[in-house]
Amino acid sequence: MAALTARAIRDDVAAGRVSAVEVCRDAIARIEASNPSLNSFLLVDAEGALERARKVDARRAAGETPGPLAGVPIAIKDNLCVRGMKTTAASKILATYVPPYDATVIERLEAAGVVIVGKTNCDEFAMGSSNENSAFGPVHNPWALSRTPGGSSGGSAAAVAAAQVPLALGSDTGGSIRQPASFCGVVGLKPTYGRVSRYGLLAFASSLDQIGPIARTVEDAALTLTAMAGPDRADATSSHESLPDLAAALTGDVKGLRVGVPRTFVTEGVDAGVKAAFDAALAVLQESGATLVDVELPHAPYGVPAYYLVCTAEASSNLARYDGVKYGYRSPASADGLQAMYTHSRSEGFGAEVKRRIMLGTYVLSAGYYDAFYLKAQQVRTLLRRDYDRAFAHADVIATPTSPIPPFGLGEKADDPLQMYLADIFTVSANLAGLPAISVPGGFVTRDGARLPVGFQLTGRPFDEATVLRAADAYQRVTVWPTVAPGELR
Amino acid sequence: MSALTIADVERIAALAHLDLTADEKTQFARQLAEILDYAQQLQTVDTDGVAATAHLHTDAGTERDDAPRPSLTPQQAVANAPDAAVESGLFRVPRVMGG
Repeated sequence: MAALTARAIRDDVAAGRVSAVEVCRDAIARIEASNPSLNSFLLVDAEGALERARKVDARRAAGETPGPLAGVPIAIKDNLCVRGMKTTAASKILATYVPPYDATVIERLEAAGVVIVGKTNCDEFAMGSSNENSAFGPVHNPWALSRTPGGSSGGSAAAVAAAQVPLALGSDTGGSIRQPASFCGVVGLKPTYGRVSRYGLLAFASSLDQIGPIARTVEDAALTLTAMAGPDRADATSSHESLPDLAAALTGDVKGLRVGVPRTFVTEGVDAGVKAAFDAALAVLQESGATLVDVELPHAPYGVPAYYLVCTAEASSNLARYDGVKYGYRSPASADGLQAMYTHSRSEGFGAEVKRRIMLGTYVLSAGYYDAFYLKAQQVRTLLRRDYDRAFAHADVIATPTSPIPPFGLGEKADDPLQMYLADIFTVSANLAGLPAISVPGGFVTRDGARLPVGFQLTGRPFDEATVLRAADAYQRVTVWPTVAPGELR
Repeated sequence: MSALTIADVERIAALAHLDLTADEKTQFARQLAEILDYAQQLQTVDTDGVAATAHLHTDAGTERDDAPRPSLTPQQAVANAPDAAVESGLFRVPRVMGG
């Protein structure tokens, strides 16, 4: 049943064809069967999930209208607070943290009827593109276990691709929803910055972070966004911009839609198989009636350096709160005084990539380097936003591959941070400019005998998720790439 | 090529309250120099008179009522703190003076 879509489960539960408890038991059985080989879940709350499922069934039995996600099992990335459920951000420094409150998205999705089954593995504090930075071991790609599921929301994407659950939440600071969705052959949506409240998301880079769904269909992603979007008094950056009826927007019709293609940007460094899949995806949209138009994003090639200066600067500030005082790990060396407690707790609690980013961020914010690095990156961010404004005068969405490369081997890039960062080239721009972007399954390449998914990315105007979702849904309707990895691998 | 000395790395680590091992210092000196060197390409972009983008799409004038609302109790607030005095709702830290 977990191989069904969220929409199908919701319909079945609402009509009484199946109970939320049955759906939940099925999901838990699937997770228990495949988690030893995937390591996608850090915590499975079987008992709590069944209790929550019983409540969904009880509300239906009492004649209440079932919510739009009634009885749908969902996995939550472990950097999102769920009250009473251990939330570690895949870091040793938060290994024992139990949030006393729910993130706003959790409250809203539970009101819509979801059944939370557990917390998914990720890169530590969402910093990484391979899930290898988790303090609790990497996640394995369900399509090829020796390869990365992508990151940082690798556990969420793998859980959906392996049909452990039909739906998961991720967070996306520079591609952390879309790139793992691409690597695992599922749908990942990063909403417009401000569309979804960040309250209860453990902050990495506050001007870039956004929470979004990972699902197997664009329709499920739209349902989930509808249930969790909207202003929140607990997040001053959440927007009052109204969300159109997304279900009505998914017409399957892209006639006359202008799809912008930044051809000079999508050239160098793109894997030949990825490029071929991208060209084929564009042809599909064109055959469906969309018009391809050339657009220029002259500052997009500067996205990676600008992104890694801005995000590390913000991270160095956000992660200052982990000091052994209020929550998390405290070093036994703390007997040497307060300063020693801060330093030892942080040095023993953070992993290598988190330390590297805190160091880089501290450096670029320090006296003498602020103007040359941090301020310069923020100015380039402005130029990139202007590039998009100009491009969206001629195009309704902009298409690129999600990642320039297919899923790579675990360990392959682990010792070379810069090479890892460079592979974020197509995802970071949407975060820097605050735009909505989706990765939808866009074909396969074969490497070493393994069939590996390739994602197709569509980016839209601010707050125009409706057009992004319409185009992605229209593409998915006519392509139907498989979104569940073959089970024999598990 | 930006050069980053071990002394530079130690200075940044001290600002960030991190105590690095000798191996980490060597590794970070090399990796951070490599990343900063790569980031130098931003210097080729003409940004004269371009305003910085620090945040996006924020609605102006979002206000809330200045009214009390339910919040965590002191006990809940310190429940995750190491060595907290939970009953009294207090954090506990090592000595501050003379450390």
